[in-house]
Amino acid sequence: MSDAAHAHDAHGHHAQPTGIMRWLTTTNHKDIGSLYLWFSFFMLFVAGSMALLIRSELFEPGMQLMRPDFFNELTTMHGLLMIFTVIMPAFTGFANWQVPLMIGAPDMAFPRMNNWSFWLLPVAAIMLLGSFWLPGGAVAGGWTMYPPLFIQGGVSYDLTILSVHIMGLSSIMGSINIITTILNMRAPGLALMKMPMFVWTWLITAYLLIATMPVLAGAVTMLLTDRNFGTHFFNAAGGGDPVMFQHIFWFFGHPEVYILILPAFGIISQIIPTFSRKPLFGYASMVYATASIAILSFTVWAHHMFAVGMPVAAQLFFMFSTMLIAVPTGVKVFNWVATMWKGSMTFETPMLFAIAFVCLFTIGGFSGLVLALAPVDIQLQDTYYVVAHFHYVLVSGALFSIFAGIYYWLPKWTGHMYNEALGKTHFWLSVIGMNTIFFPMHFLGLAGMPRRIPDYALQFTGFNQIATVGAFIFGFSQLLFLVLVLKTIKSGAKATDQVWEGAEGLEWTVPSPAPYHTFETAPVVK
Amino acid sequence: MSLAQTEKYFLPQPSLWPIIGSVALLTMAIGGVMVIHHMNHGWWVLLAGVAVLFFMLFGWFGEVIRDSEAGRFNKQVDSSYRWSMSWFIFSEVMFFGAFFGALFYTRVLSVPWLGESDTMQQLWPTFKAAWPTAGPGLTADGLKFTPMEAWGIPAINTLLLLSSGVTVTWAHWGLKKNNRAQLILGLGMTVALGIAFLFLQGYEYHHAYTEMGLTLGAGVYGATFFLLTGFHGFHVLVGTTMLIVMLLRSMAGHFTADHHFAFEAASWYWHFVDVVWVLLFILVYWLI
Repeated sequence: MSDAAHAHDAHGHHAQPTGIMRWLTTTNHKDIGSLYLWFSFFMLFVAGSMALLIRSELFEPGMQLMRPDFFNELTTMHGLLMIFTVIMPAFTGFANWQVPLMIGAPDMAFPRMNNWSFWLLPVAAIMLLGSFWLPGGAVAGGWTMYPPLFIQGGVSYDLTILSVHIMGLSSIMGSINIITTILNMRAPGLALMKMPMFVWTWLITAYLLIATMPVLAGAVTMLLTDRNFGTHFFNAAGGGDPVMFQHIFWFFGHPEVYILILPAFGIISQIIPTFSRKPLFGYASMVYATASIAILSFTVWAHHMFAVGMPVAAQLFFMFSTMLIAVPTGVKVFNWVATMWKGSMTFETPMLFAIAFVCLFTIGGFSGLVLALAPVDIQLQDTYYVVAHFHYVLVSGALFSIFAGIYYWLPKWTGHMYNEALGKTHFWLSVIGMNTIFFPMHFLGLAGMPRRIPDYALQFTGFNQIATVGAFIFGFSQLLFLVLVLKTIKSGAKATDQVWEGAEGLEWTVPSPAPYHTFETAPVVK
Repeated sequence: MSLAQTEKYFLPQPSLWPIIGSVALLTMAIGGVMVIHHMNHGWWVLLAGVAVLFFMLFGWFGEVIRDSEAGRFNKQVDSSYRWSMSWFIFSEVMFFGAFFGALFYTRVLSVPWLGESDTMQQLWPTFKAAWPTAGPGLTADGLKFTPMEAWGIPAINTLLLLSSGVTVTWAHWGLKKNNRAQLILGLGMTVALGIAFLFLQGYEYHHAYTEMGLTLGAGVYGATFFLLTGFHGFHVLVGTTMLIVMLLRSMAGHFTADHHFAFEAASWYWHFVDVVWVLLFILVYWLI
């Protein structure tokens, strides 16, 4: 602490801004991490409310609550917002808080740019949400923005394109910052192969972001010029091809899937060893598996397009490369289970979420393998089976890992232990709610119910009603989580520096709550 | 005291510039959409956003330059800048990759497919699915254009940009051996070559639009031609601006023989723009 106080003097005699100005101008990685996490939490409720509206409409066949075009706006915006303003910012928030603490750095490499990376996101969110009030409503063509539908929309479509540009800018700057911090600011002695798994997964995620976000920017730029400046990239009359958009989009889109899950792998790989009181099993293989997943992710994109009419050779290539990804992913799941094997395990809330992650993410992984089979996928394309699949990997995968990470590091951030009974209640309601929503969707999809349609045939009613009930259980139990977080910030048992008995790593050597400036003098790692 | 400070990694004070930048981009986006949809005052909103953006760029970069000249950046900060510039250029490579990918996909795959199917033969019997093309529909509607010839202005532009790569390196040699005159002369020549390139590119576009029927709307050939060369031209403009700033800073006595990463970053960027041009010259102009 005395070190921190001294450095504070040395850095300048300016008064630190307070109130709103503190948050607008902050260059502190902990402040910015908190901003990311609160923004993500807020948007979780916004985009989650859209999901509840969708599920309410689908409670019964026929049209109940809304016009079909508004339903399409909701599904589109739910997807865009959950991906770009909930899951991605949450992981970036973790990176901001944890990467400097875990590698013994005084802050991120570029604190001002770090601030800008965050403050571009509310701008993008305003543009997306504001478009609900524009003539013609918000974008309604699905989050994937396929032409020709996307070419035909109104004002909000252009606003969405520019919003995607701004979110891309934010991601690229954020990733350059994270990658530079990891490569250049590790404490002396912290070799790459000694880094915590969370840091490794973010290093690779940041690489994926820098490689793919510009491609997405290029794709939506072509949409913009096709819409407004007379180009014919996606119009066969001019020699273009609408399918080309899908190729470029999914060249971004598939690595994006791993952008949404690799940091989750990192968080889980921190938590399971702590509560098993054993080091991570197969650390090196974890690193190589993560890198393999990242590299393979650039070779699988067209498995999203099996039904579009590709040459058979292409279908076979993308089918096999997709199945190949199951190998490194299997390595990871094996290592997590082997870490728990004969461990001295306890089941605090972070561990419960981590174990649920391993089980439920694996279900999502297996349904992904089913969809990887081209002949099967042609049957299941655009059915609820796909919806079930990606919600198993994104809700019980990405989102559960975020919950697990919050429970795990919240004592370090706030200095207080959370209420374990409340945490466990939140866990069980979330797990039961989540499975009640998405498990029946497998059956709906196999029976042929198409996604993104506000009405359905009578025989699908039962499973849809179960899913809607589950959605409300899951949605409202997140309010419990909000209460828990607020309570932990204000009160709760005092957390020790190490917080968890089995926790290892630099972040557990600083006081709880972590002081505003940490590691101004780099620690030495042996 | 000063030694102790430079041992620590430089951490800036809280800054207003990022939020100003966010306001600028929001204003620009709204203004841009208003302009596209012909709403009143759209141009004013857009220009206001651009003005705020330039204000932010001047202010923010100015602050960084002052930090650098005050000796606040130690070796580790320098190293951070090197990593970040490398990754930034990688992101630019991927951005151009999207458009080169579109060129590849249309030329090698989708345009030939347009000539293969029986449906196409029925619809547009006279259509020749060969590059360069404006596509079956536009050609049938009577759209005619002349593709851009490589061995005119584009060849001269290749010469200009390749020479500018040499002059910027010569300037760097001057900087490294403390020869300020060589630095300034080399940078001045590079900037002049960059401006000459932009001038010729503008002339070529004018010619294409007025005399060759080659526009953004000239099918997929026109679209890939203008977006690839246009984004490249924009990058030349940005690179030239960076080099002008380096020229002004060199004249103001900034940089030392062993501490001048801003100059190196600008020259890395310039070489990157050079390489993209060579690819453009071969794939867009030459091989048609």
